[in-house]
Amino acid sequence: MAKKPATIQGEKRGKAVLSIVFAVVAIVYLLPIFLVLMNSFKANAYVNTETFAMPNEESYVGFANYIKGMTFGNYPFAKSVGYSLFITIVSSALILVCTSMAAWYIARVGSAFSKIVYYLCVFSMVVPFQMVMFTLPKTADTLNLNTPWTIPIIYLGFGAGLAVFMFSGFVKSIPLSIEEAAAIDGCGPVKTFFSVVLPMMKPTMISVGVLEIMWVWNDYLLPYLVLDRKKYMTIPIHIQYLKGSYGSVDMGATMALILLSIVPVIVFYLTCQKYIIKGVAAGAVKG
Amino acid sequence: MALFKKKNDGAALNSVLVRRPIQKCFPIFLLPTFIAFCIGFLYPFAKGLFLSFCNFKTTSKWTWAGLGNYVKAFADESFLHAFWYTAGFALVSLLIINILAFTVAYLLTKGIKGSNIFRTVFFMPNLIGGIVLGYIWSMIFDGILSRYNTSILLNSTYGFWGLIILMAWQQIGYMMIIYIAGLQAVPGDMLEAAKIDGASEWKTLWNIIIPNVMPSITICTFLTLTNSFKLYDQNLALTNGRPYNGAIHTTEMLALNIVNSNTLKTKGIGQAKAVMFFVLVAIIGIFQMKSTHDKEVQQ
Repeated sequence: MAKKPATIQGEKRGKAVLSIVFAVVAIVYLLPIFLVLMNSFKANAYVNTETFAMPNEESYVGFANYIKGMTFGNYPFAKSVGYSLFITIVSSALILVCTSMAAWYIARVGSAFSKIVYYLCVFSMVVPFQMVMFTLPKTADTLNLNTPWTIPIIYLGFGAGLAVFMFSGFVKSIPLSIEEAAAIDGCGPVKTFFSVVLPMMKPTMISVGVLEIMWVWNDYLLPYLVLDRKKYMTIPIHIQYLKGSYGSVDMGATMALILLSIVPVIVFYLTCQKYIIKGVAAGAVKG
Repeated sequence: MALFKKKNDGAALNSVLVRRPIQKCFPIFLLPTFIAFCIGFLYPFAKGLFLSFCNFKTTSKWTWAGLGNYVKAFADESFLHAFWYTAGFALVSLLIINILAFTVAYLLTKGIKGSNIFRTVFFMPNLIGGIVLGYIWSMIFDGILSRYNTSILLNSTYGFWGLIILMAWQQIGYMMIIYIAGLQAVPGDMLEAAKIDGASEWKTLWNIIIPNVMPSITICTFLTLTNSFKLYDQNLALTNGRPYNGAIHTTEMLALNIVNSNTLKTKGIGQAKAVMFFVLVAIIGIFQMKSTHDKEVQQ
């Protein structure tokens, strides 16, 4: 008996040490973000040579990089942000509404056609984008879907697979009797869906929504190939354009833009952290 | 999943109340998604598959080439290099990411103070896009390497390990979340029994915890594999295949190699590469889905 308190105490001490170790690791983990912040206030010449030094009198340029970054690369950054926001919000909303309806139809009707569509959706989940890389932009051009206003339709088409799969998995777990009761009470399918089924789908809605938002916001290759590059850029395209093909790169201004592009993501993450972690993990487990 | 389906399809068939009225609303419910699916996936996929057997400059002007493109793709040194490079990368990143993620998850489920904050921090890099991640890390690596008068773009060893570090930074948090869920599902009575029997922590880990989180390990293994094989943005932003050694881009992975085939002369070959890439990714993906499905049955 005399020994036991000692081991408990040892365990407690071990946990405290572990906490400290993890605190240090967590700080190191955040270092890259902090470095971006630091370097976004330095003049271009100092970013590469004094990457890890705090900005000093010599290298500090205040918000000059941010001001320069706004028009850097002959394309207003604000425009890219606007397009990114529009495309992300509209595409995600469109995917959520359309695929949840489609998934309900597929799960409840069970006809040969709906089964075929379902299996095609599951199949599309394992197809990498490179497979349609040559043909999709051409199709989009032909149908005039190559603008930010219409690209959500492409996103709906290419992203339908996972969303339909997740929604129909959920619908199958809802007892049919609720919808039967609604039908007996005189609800048509549209009303039943929007006032009975949709509210029940909320957790899956959030998971799918998070997955789609993260995908569309960060997506580079699809909008790069589909959109008319000279007219429309999203944030990832803009940043790749600055670094990739724009002669001598102003690293300070690039860092300022990188910081501006990750701030909304971090704010979004910190405000809806619980849902994001759940949603992203759900996407993994469902394949 | 198969079991699940049978039962519910039966129920749906029996319910004339629900099934028939929905079926009548086909244009409202299924048609919009189906049309978009045809435009955004089915048609481009079928056309892509077809064009892999053709020579073409634009997708509307093609001549039949049979298996010629596939033969040429296999004769393309840069493609073979990209394949083996990707396979090597996938293996190394799989081991590193999973071992670290499991360790972090294991330690964070021991009830230490601040676990939630640490979890939040480790998961965060996941939300940052690949292009941005690539440029953040290229700044950091070049900041270090410029002191030795070199750059990540000049040495393929740096390029390889740089990308490993980047991917580990991004993915450890993600895999950690899956491992934490697995670890929390380990039956408490089993752990208690082990404690009463005087099993050491090491023994408990090997004989009780690891067998119980095996499903999570399978999921994470496949996830890291697919992520490595499909990796494009980070590869493009960090090194874009540099340094070049003749026709071979030494740090170019499969996806980037295919995108770089997007030149006028070799479009058919590029499409053939894409088809083979798709088959490879699909095989891994099917195993992954199967393993997740097995897990669902177990629980």
